[in-house]
Amino acid sequence: MKLDEIIKITNEVLVEEFEVEESLILMDSDFRETLDLDSLDYVDLVVFIDENFDVKLNAEDFQTIKTFNDFYNLISTKVNE
Amino acid sequence: MQRRVVITGMGIYSCIGKNIHEVTDSLKQGRSGIGFDPERKQMGYRSALTGLIEVPNLKGDLSRRQRVNLAEEAKYAYVSTKEALENAKIDDHFLDNNIIGIIFGNDSSAKAVMESVDKIRLKKDTTLLGSGSIFQSMNSTVTMNLATIFRIKGVNFTISAACSSGGHSIGTAYNLIKSGLQDTIICGGAQEVNPHAFGSFDGLGVFSIKESTPQKASAPFDIDRDGLIPSGGGATLILEDLDSALKRNAPIIAELVSYGFSSNGKHISAPDVNGQMRSIDMALKNAKISPSEIDYINAHATSTPLGDECEAEAIYSIFKDHNTPVSSTKSMTGHECWMSGASEIIYSVIMMQNNFIAPNINFNKAAKSLAKINIIAKPIQKELRTIMSNSFGFGGTNSNIIIQKYETR
Repeated sequence: MKLDEIIKITNEVLVEEFEVEESLILMDSDFRETLDLDSLDYVDLVVFIDENFDVKLNAEDFQTIKTFNDFYNLISTKVNE
Repeated sequence: MQRRVVITGMGIYSCIGKNIHEVTDSLKQGRSGIGFDPERKQMGYRSALTGLIEVPNLKGDLSRRQRVNLAEEAKYAYVSTKEALENAKIDDHFLDNNIIGIIFGNDSSAKAVMESVDKIRLKKDTTLLGSGSIFQSMNSTVTMNLATIFRIKGVNFTISAACSSGGHSIGTAYNLIKSGLQDTIICGGAQEVNPHAFGSFDGLGVFSIKESTPQKASAPFDIDRDGLIPSGGGATLILEDLDSALKRNAPIIAELVSYGFSSNGKHISAPDVNGQMRSIDMALKNAKISPSEIDYINAHATSTPLGDECEAEAIYSIFKDHNTPVSSTKSMTGHECWMSGASEIIYSVIMMQNNFIAPNINFNKAAKSLAKINIIAKPIQKELRTIMSNSFGFGGTNSNIIIQKYETR
């Protein structure tokens, strides 16, 4: 799956499910702050990635995520493994 | 310290209306909220009859974080609680600056539990249940969620007592306020309405099978009654210490004057005349009220052959020839189970506020053993000063609440 497609699907879900304004989703924006994530929200992100990309992330996978760009790349890596 | 306890707000979300206004109209008209659910037939239910109720969409009202934790019954309870708080004139500032409690009756969250088990079996991975599953699956889903949403800082727990859950929650809240431990408590009952919730109940063969005439199927006390119809929703009352209510100029709807309770100590599902009488008697004695002073009884009567007969016997044994008016609003709503003890107090208070008795619809002819009590089959105009609501549940748990018109002393 191409990165553009991953970004498109991810942003659509974040806008719809996580109720973040699309204009706030920028490649270099702080991922956690923008989505106002707490520890429970990361569990829902795992579900979201499984449902949309059929890949499984673990809690430790999120430790390296700082920006949206990091998040897209993480999904891309997992999807194309 | 024995304080007076008043009702300052009410909210309701049921199959006969989504708010107090709609429900008042249905009660006056004798309107049924019962229908047929084809999904239940596909699942092997003996009876597909149910209260028809729409699950509210709370997007835009609550955040995602708040919504994902809400089981179906907690959504109903959120809507009814919001209405009750508005009617009680309790705003965000009051919630943030006062110690308010919450007690709800709820005895299942079957849909959330079953859906999570199905997912675990399919995915073999518990993380994929999502973060909300645990908070939806517990019986305390209503109180844990509403306590968070409304920033509750006082008492916070759920009472599970079968079909008396709602009545006991209100009675417990009453006692906590009366004794001075709390000033204000949000209390009530909630009940999920879905095919997952009632399969085992249907399996007992106690549901009405008059599927061709859904709105005529719930017929408490009628000679041809053949069983109950499951239903549900959310019902909320704001109970408050009288002095606190007066101090903040709250609307005083009515006064809760007594709570009686008992356990049958016998069969797990069969009702018991003596157990019910003990609960009714306790409520009357605690309030120093004689049977002749009760202007209306909202019966528990669910439309089962044995249950209605037992309750009629208990009522007659205490009220004898006073000819006290009796009706079962379950004839319109079906059996709202864990919520019914709370919703039926609201239905009764609506009657008190509007000077009428809602009808026991579908009552055409009483069996000989039931003919001794005064069943109201058509709506009547009547001033109600003192009313009693009966709730009886599996395991022989009984509760009785007595409400009076508020009068200054």
